[in-house]
Amino acid sequence: MSNEDIESMKELLKQAVAPVPGGELRRDLWPQMLRKLDEQPFPVHRVPWFDWVLAAILSAVLILFPGSIPTLLYHL
Amino acid sequence: MELLERFAAGDLQAFEVLFRQHQKEVYAWTVRIVRDTGIAEDLTVETFWRIYKHRAQFKPNGNFRAWARRIATNAALDHLRRSRPETALPENLPCAPSPDGAVSREARDSINRAFRELPAKYRLVASLALVEEESYAEIAQAAGISESLVKVRVFRAVRILRKKLNSLRAEVATQ
Repeated sequence: MSNEDIESMKELLKQAVAPVPGGELRRDLWPQMLRKLDEQPFPVHRVPWFDWVLAAILSAVLILFPGSIPTLLYHL
Repeated sequence: MELLERFAAGDLQAFEVLFRQHQKEVYAWTVRIVRDTGIAEDLTVETFWRIYKHRAQFKPNGNFRAWARRIATNAALDHLRRSRPETALPENLPCAPSPDGAVSREARDSINRAFRELPAKYRLVASLALVEEESYAEIAQAAGISESLVKVRVFRAVRILRKKLNSLRAEVATQ
């Protein structure tokens, strides 16, 4: 593949791919932006469910096997 | 407080000022990628929505224009990935007389079809580098990739287009 190939493809594409008619924005999109902000409020940061499961398992292990606490602290 | 600092802190008025300052530029960049004015308008709004959503990640001493363009490019790329290529082109369109040396209407349709069927990441660089003749450096910055990767993708896009055009020609020849 040479630069000539790229240049010839450029020429072909320029003739085939239609130029975009509205290259410039013709209206203010702020009202649309406000609507989107109203419709899609940002999700409140949630803790994923598997984090809760992990916390529950860890708590159960610590309650059932208190001897594991020093080991856990050592690895933290 | 500076405008960008206020924006990063979540001030909606500061965001509105930035929106009005940059909406035309974001739209103009997006429309060059997706080549559809309606979709480009929607994607401009989507871009600014993402900008507002991730405002905390923006460093107020950073380049807002470059950041917005990067997000716009990603939004356009997501759109290209989601949208199915339009394989069917309208039939019986009036055929305009071609100037000397120009390709025939049939060939134009084939090229158009091959272009629309390109995978999203190749269509992005093909549109910007080959049709719009943007510099590799500009595309690299907007897409968040290296210039050499842009070059590689342009080469691959041209190769895919050539292959598709050859197979389309063979298809037409067998009909």
